[in-house]
Amino acid sequence: MALVLNEEQAMLKESVKDFLNMKSPISALRELRDTNNPDGFDRSVWAEMAELGLTGLNISEEFGGLDFGYIGLGQALEEAGRTLAASPLVSTVLLSTTAINLCGSDPQKAMLLPELAEGNLIMSFAHEEKTHHNPTHVATTATLDGDFYTINGSKTFVLDGHVADKFVVVARVSGAVNDKEGIQLFLVDSNREGIKVNRTMMMDNRNAAKVNFSNTSIPKENKMNLSCFEDLEKIYAIGAIGLAAEMLGSAQECFEKTIAYLKERQQFGVAIGSFQALQHRAAKMFIDIELSKSVVIKALKAIDTNENNLTEIASLAKAKLGQTLKLVSNEGIQMHGGVGMTDDVEIGFFIKRARVAQQTLGDYNYHLDRYAKLRGY
Amino acid sequence: METMIDHLTEFRKETSVWLEENCPVSMRGQTKDIAELYWGGRNSDFTSEDQKIWFKRMHNKGWIVPYWDKKYGGGGLSPLENKILAEEMTRLRCKQPLFSFGISMLGPALLKFATEEQKGHYLKDIVDAKIRWCQGYSEPNAGSDLAGLQMKAVDKGDHYLINGSKIWTSYGDNADWIFCLVRTNTEVKKQEGISFLLIDMNSEGVEARPIQLISGKSAFTETFFDDVKVPKENLIGELNKGWTIAKYLLTHERQMIGGIGEADQKFSTRDVVVDAVGLHNGVLNDSILRTELVTHEMNLAIYDMTIERAIDEAKAGNNSGAASSLFKYFGTELNVEAMEIIMTAGGMDELAIEGEATSNGFIAKRFLRSKGNTIEGGTSEIQLNIISKNILGLPSK
Repeated sequence: MALVLNEEQAMLKESVKDFLNMKSPISALRELRDTNNPDGFDRSVWAEMAELGLTGLNISEEFGGLDFGYIGLGQALEEAGRTLAASPLVSTVLLSTTAINLCGSDPQKAMLLPELAEGNLIMSFAHEEKTHHNPTHVATTATLDGDFYTINGSKTFVLDGHVADKFVVVARVSGAVNDKEGIQLFLVDSNREGIKVNRTMMMDNRNAAKVNFSNTSIPKENKMNLSCFEDLEKIYAIGAIGLAAEMLGSAQECFEKTIAYLKERQQFGVAIGSFQALQHRAAKMFIDIELSKSVVIKALKAIDTNENNLTEIASLAKAKLGQTLKLVSNEGIQMHGGVGMTDDVEIGFFIKRARVAQQTLGDYNYHLDRYAKLRGY
Repeated sequence: METMIDHLTEFRKETSVWLEENCPVSMRGQTKDIAELYWGGRNSDFTSEDQKIWFKRMHNKGWIVPYWDKKYGGGGLSPLENKILAEEMTRLRCKQPLFSFGISMLGPALLKFATEEQKGHYLKDIVDAKIRWCQGYSEPNAGSDLAGLQMKAVDKGDHYLINGSKIWTSYGDNADWIFCLVRTNTEVKKQEGISFLLIDMNSEGVEARPIQLISGKSAFTETFFDDVKVPKENLIGELNKGWTIAKYLLTHERQMIGGIGEADQKFSTRDVVVDAVGLHNGVLNDSILRTELVTHEMNLAIYDMTIERAIDEAKAGNNSGAASSLFKYFGTELNVEAMEIIMTAGGMDELAIEGEATSNGFIAKRFLRSKGNTIEGGTSEIQLNIISKNILGLPSK
């Protein structure tokens, strides 16, 4: 597969771009924040995104989706990254739908995928328990008792957890914390008893919740089919690649805004973009973005073609984009000078999203370390 | 469409069989050093009978430069056929039958800017390995500011009279002819008074003096021109339009130094580091070096993906002018980074520049040589200038 978009994918990207520029520009995020919107996103825009088919990009036609694969979803995420659109695209489409695609039983798929494709369901993937992404640290337990599982434990950083209709919960059916064996996924309705959800507003104005499960009982049919730890790693790998695509959009937008400012802002009687000290830093950012584009499209293709080195390439993509977006969002503020520190100018929104996206599913250090391990050192 | 695919499948099969039958065993395997390849030219000879056989066979086939037109001694292969041949040669690890700046650097300029007569003459001599070429661009006072070059060519009716000097002429002491940028007008904007001229190094008044580098090697010469007479028909393209040709060629050169299409990595940085430092529980013993190595390995992997993407985009017709400066900058920075990591890992051992233990300072010499990569062919800083001005459109002062 060539590392370029085909016509269909390019058209999808264009239409998502137009849509988000109109319906969910950065000013919309500012408004959600300033009006203290209880959902943290705009439900009417979400409904329109579903109508456009964005909620079904990674769902097969059999279940009412568009079957555009992850290259398709990646384009939507990239464009959402450009306008910093707050929506359940990551929590629901990227993470939960992926989990159901990979590990759902046939009845679970038949029940949930059409609803997800329609945009009728908001789902959250509840996995983290520590301050940093850690796939093996699962202390939450699921105990089988007759026809029911009982869930106990606390999850943190559950994206959109306060608005989720259902959770995919990572819990342990056997073994000790940090064992790779004994981890399983469960579908849990958010209105079951014993669930306490605390909304946490993040730096990027989006929401992640702390969710506590205390003797939460669910039917045993809600257990999913996670056959091994590698399945879980695959969900995280796809998640990390999707986030990298979103981060690529943010990096490009932040960079373009900064270049425009370098051409516009005058000091000493000339545009500050004529200073070589800034030009070389701008050129280096350009190079990092070009490199980032390559690793993102390569990684998205690797999902769709089912490459067996997905974990490795996911670390490559997430680490690179973590580094690029950190650089570009920092430089964005520095090169905007004083106004870069003000809330009036949009450039500051990028550094906030950058930092949250960085921590989601493993930061730069995490992926560097993992890549080294996968490479045998 | 189907017949084309059939044809290509057939071509691949035939090519593979032919290479298998005709490429001598000693002409296969990794090329550790380009010095071991056949360079052609008046003074050079084959280093082995196999090298000679391999050159002759490929030459008869037209595959010294397979993608040039047959009338210039090429093989007349289509881009797809050429790609297949290259793939099959890589697969069977066949060495290049001829290493030549004539093919990689002068050829593209001749094809685009020379007259039919010039093409017929010079291209054929390149393919036949009769003439070994070198490049005369930089001057002692025209490095990064290449357009400021001063070597003069004065019109003397039937010839030009050349005075001045060139520097950083790769293998100038072994070359037969040199393609030069010369100053033909001093009254106009500096870029508009430059011409592209071919000069026989045997001409009276030409002298090439080797420059010793910090690595101990001398791959370059300073080349002096003292009242050298050059026939007027040696001018390529229009008078005073040489800068256009130079820019065109520099794009090619950048890609070559940046390592595009070359199996540049002669050894794996990881293997060298792991060997030198060792593992403990599967983790490198030096945590700081581990971070440097993994950062480097990631950069390298993503660099390869970027080459792949650039090729795919070019095929899809998306022009990415950014490419050559980006690749020159990043490719050479990566090479320097790798050598720094290897030197750190090797510690005191790799400091030896002589002796069997270090294969005569193989690593130390490569390390020292790598410092030239971010200078030659346009410094890293010049590449960043090109990106900021030509691609980002940032203003000049």
